[in-house]
Amino acid sequence: MNAFDANALEEALRLKDASGEGEVVAVSMGPQKAADTLRKALAMGADRAVLVSDDGAAGSDLVATSYALGKALAREEADLVLFGQQASDSDGAVLWAAIAERLRCPMISQVAELTASDGKVRGKRQTEFGYDVIEAPLPAVVAVSDAINEPRYPSLKGIMGAKKKPQETLTLDELGVEGDRAGEAGSKTEVLGLTDPPARGDSRRIEDDGTAAEQIAEFLTEKRLI
Amino acid sequence: MAVRPADYPPPFDVAEVIAAPSDPPDERIDVGLLIVGAGPAGLACAIRFGQLLEDAPELAERLGDVPVAVVEKGKQPGSHLLSGAVVNPRALRRLFRGRKRLEDLPFYGPVEAESVYFLTPKSKTRIPAPPTMRNHGNHVASLSQLGRFLAEEAESAGATILPETAADRLLVEGGRVLGIRTGDKGRGRNGEELPNFEPGSDLVARVTVLAEGTQGHLTGAAIEQFGLEGENPQVWALGVKEVWRVAAPLRRVIHTMGWPLRAGARYREFGGSFCYPMGDDMVTLGMVVGLDYRDVELSPHDVLQELKTHPLFRRILRGGERLAWGAKTIPEGGFLSLPKRLHAPGLLLCGDGPGLVNVPALKGIHYAIESGALAAETAFAALQPGQTPWTPGALDSYDEALRDSFVWSDLQEVRNMRQAFGKGFWLGGALAGAMTASKGRFPPKPLGTEPDAVQTLIRTKRARRYPQPDGILTFDKLSSVYASGNKTRDDQPSHIRIANPVARDVGEAWARMCPAQVYEVADGRSANEVTVQVTPSNCVQCGAITAKGGRLTPPEGGSGPEYTLT
Amino acid sequence: MSILVLLEHHGDELQKGSLSVLSKAASLGAGDVYGVVAGSGVRGLAAGAGKYGASKVFVADDPALEAPLPQPRVDVLAKLVEEQGIDTVLLAQSVLAADVAAGLAARLDAGLNWELVDLEEQDGKLVGTRPALADSVYVKVGWKDTPRIGIFRSGTFDPKETGGEAEVVDTPVQLEDFSSAATMVEQAHEEQQGPSIEDADVIVAGGRGLGGPENFSLVEELAKALGGAVAATRAVVDAGWYPYATQVGQTGKTVSPKLYIACGISGAIQHKVGMQSSSVIVAINKDPNAPIFEYSDLGVVGDVHEVVPKLTELVKQRKGS
Repeated sequence: MNAFDANALEEALRLKDASGEGEVVAVSMGPQKAADTLRKALAMGADRAVLVSDDGAAGSDLVATSYALGKALAREEADLVLFGQQASDSDGAVLWAAIAERLRCPMISQVAELTASDGKVRGKRQTEFGYDVIEAPLPAVVAVSDAINEPRYPSLKGIMGAKKKPQETLTLDELGVEGDRAGEAGSKTEVLGLTDPPARGDSRRIEDDGTAAEQIAEFLTEKRLI
Repeated sequence: MAVRPADYPPPFDVAEVIAAPSDPPDERIDVGLLIVGAGPAGLACAIRFGQLLEDAPELAERLGDVPVAVVEKGKQPGSHLLSGAVVNPRALRRLFRGRKRLEDLPFYGPVEAESVYFLTPKSKTRIPAPPTMRNHGNHVASLSQLGRFLAEEAESAGATILPETAADRLLVEGGRVLGIRTGDKGRGRNGEELPNFEPGSDLVARVTVLAEGTQGHLTGAAIEQFGLEGENPQVWALGVKEVWRVAAPLRRVIHTMGWPLRAGARYREFGGSFCYPMGDDMVTLGMVVGLDYRDVELSPHDVLQELKTHPLFRRILRGGERLAWGAKTIPEGGFLSLPKRLHAPGLLLCGDGPGLVNVPALKGIHYAIESGALAAETAFAALQPGQTPWTPGALDSYDEALRDSFVWSDLQEVRNMRQAFGKGFWLGGALAGAMTASKGRFPPKPLGTEPDAVQTLIRTKRARRYPQPDGILTFDKLSSVYASGNKTRDDQPSHIRIANPVARDVGEAWARMCPAQVYEVADGRSANEVTVQVTPSNCVQCGAITAKGGRLTPPEGGSGPEYTLT
Repeated sequence: MSILVLLEHHGDELQKGSLSVLSKAASLGAGDVYGVVAGSGVRGLAAGAGKYGASKVFVADDPALEAPLPQPRVDVLAKLVEEQGIDTVLLAQSVLAADVAAGLAARLDAGLNWELVDLEEQDGKLVGTRPALADSVYVKVGWKDTPRIGIFRSGTFDPKETGGEAEVVDTPVQLEDFSSAATMVEQAHEEQQGPSIEDADVIVAGGRGLGGPENFSLVEELAKALGGAVAATRAVVDAGWYPYATQVGQTGKTVSPKLYIACGISGAIQHKVGMQSSSVIVAINKDPNAPIFEYSDLGVVGDVHEVVPKLTELVKQRKGS
């Protein structure tokens, strides 16, 4: 399970623990291997798992992924949809914002602290300038940062009990996702090729003869860093 | 003043590892057959037991929700498995009972040709392959991959595999083994409970099978607890290996002896290297050294790096790229070091843990598999109506079956070979050729009866000859630890037990011995005693420290290397 | 082509990142380049964008846009794209911009390429370049259709003044119900101790070569002078010299600041993988064989206890002037 998703799942479990009621559903879209991640989610305490798995979804970009996943999530009619803030395979994927749009829900991202009460959620959102506190009525989409919690370890009982919890697999057809909106056909971006990154540039090495500090300062000025 | 690692025993008492269950009965986790270790022995046991349960539905019922559980301390089965390996398919054929063909097994190919060489720094002399080493009919495999394959088979056969779960204690009550206690998770460096602390659980079972592999944590404790020690103490060798992508296929299996190890008796450097093709585009090569070596400056990892600079290996590796690295100990005591019984009430011991390894042939995987399967059969019989696995004699059939099997006859046969060629010197009948090639400097070593840690340490300037890592052919330890996939969580208690401070020679010997740079001796200060700095998160759990004066215990489940190709 | 660039602001200034993207868009010479400013009481900021290549700047000024929240901005941009026939929307990476871009992509079913480090026009189409796999490879990416959306990695370009004036056009603001449901309760509280290492543009990191925990003050002083954050290696965190939250490396955090100054750090791969995509790496270590010198832009073989304090002084002087 990707570490960021673990944070999101942990937050969901905490909200359920705190309120004493509710259902935590783990949803994933991907090849059959994603089923392993869902099993770990069930082991950690999720009540139910839903896997959207269909060869037709291969090669989906943000537009296609958010469309299909949006349908799966809409079907759940959840009060709160949680995401981890970064997919480790495509840094900056920002799936949550696209999903909020598909579900037509308010959204709070970069949340380092989350509280829920009375049909709304309040999140402490980290930005470059400090943190904001944002409130949104439910249903809402929230993307959590890895600062929000330490995910729990699944207990042995949890791991063994995971097999018995309900797990559903859905195809794109079953979700009502049209063929031309899925996979490569439904994607609006494409990869055209690979190239080598530019060389790092010549690396300079100096030995301190008493003037190293000046030389570093020069270098930093040259690079417009100070 | 000559010191020995054994002069600095680790702060460890086997009693810490044995305990009665502490969870209230309704919180204990109950399984039918509990297997510790998802390696070839443990998984073969699970597979065989699953086969037997297919025809015994009432027993399956009685064993409850989880008839077979396999706990594994690595991230997944295979993560902690490492070997050469050239596998004799015999035990696998028996295990799958004709339901699988050779092509279904994850092998890289049959051994087509083999060469054995005696090396000097710049040259090699071919020696005829000795009878014990002949690999005709055997296949090259990655043990880690084989483990993943067997794990899938075990799950299909109904076993529940519990990865990232360390077996911390053996639960014993009233003289019988009840199961294990799993390790805690979420403790900090100083043992404090972190916010996500999860205590271990008592996992109880009717029969517990320990298949922990080399330096098995609970296996060693069980042998001591139940007085099962064999004639000789166990001794180990350390193997360090790499997997490379190569530009040109290697079409034979290679073993070498001689350089870079030293022949003189005072060094006690016994071992050699192996190089096996893995398909057309990969090879694996490694160095194996008996841990009774004496030189403080001997570093098996660096000796492997040195080995690669030999023209024979340079040629094989030219244009290639290192893909993986790892290290693990191999029990080398052979037949005479086996426990006198491989069972106790409620307990069975399989595989490398008790030491079922054919040292001259460097084979243990098929014995592990066979012993696992035999253990399953005994457990099955002992669980029939009217039987209980802990009454005296209930598990005797395991030892009997082992004695009747090829495992026993093979190990007994090479017992003599071992005497002739010395502990750790595994090239069998090549000795004569070796003596010629080495111009008589190769003496047969007297049969070792002492634990590795009692050898007195000597100092030479061995380290001067290690190559400076160039990052292309030769590598330093830290980048090698990285190549093992190790991403162990730092903020957890240290799982390494060593005396500290220790004599300088002992500290430096540990620092050199450890392939993962876990031990470092702080500079300067007193010449006689040094403080050893330990970086437990580098540890790849090879077990060498236990052989040479310390004690490895299992860290938090999921820690350690994540081998895939080893 | 008609390109629209989101011009973010903070306080009374248009953000440098946005202006850089605007300059880049203008330099393509591929068509019309417009900007859009969204906020409350921001009309005065618009004209300044003309200098950087915008021929027109749309102003969406409304109290509902005062808080820097993404979803209302999706409404603003979507409306402009539809009404003005925009085919390309470009943004500079920021927490806000990333959410806006993704929301807009879903709203318009438009392709979004992010982390761009370059963009060119080829035969009437746009081709972007972005790094992948920890910057070890560069990928050429394209859009199959319009509208297109692209986000640039921060710090890739500099704003270039090309002179010119922009026509300022007010654009009415109409927000969806769900877009304005999230509200700002408290805005932009500063963290007490400067930037966190994940957000910092400058990081000064200390390793075992510092000699002892007391010497971390050298690192802290330099970080303060540069306005950056302090980081530590696994070795010193293990030894208890500095907290785990500042650990950079394989089992700590991964950072990619504009400047990473490594003090007394040997730079084994476990550390390297946590900071290798820093734009500029300066290393100071007294061991000439330290691995860090293999991948630093400026390597200084010297004593950190001498070099770092002197450097701190020089930085303070230059910044002061």
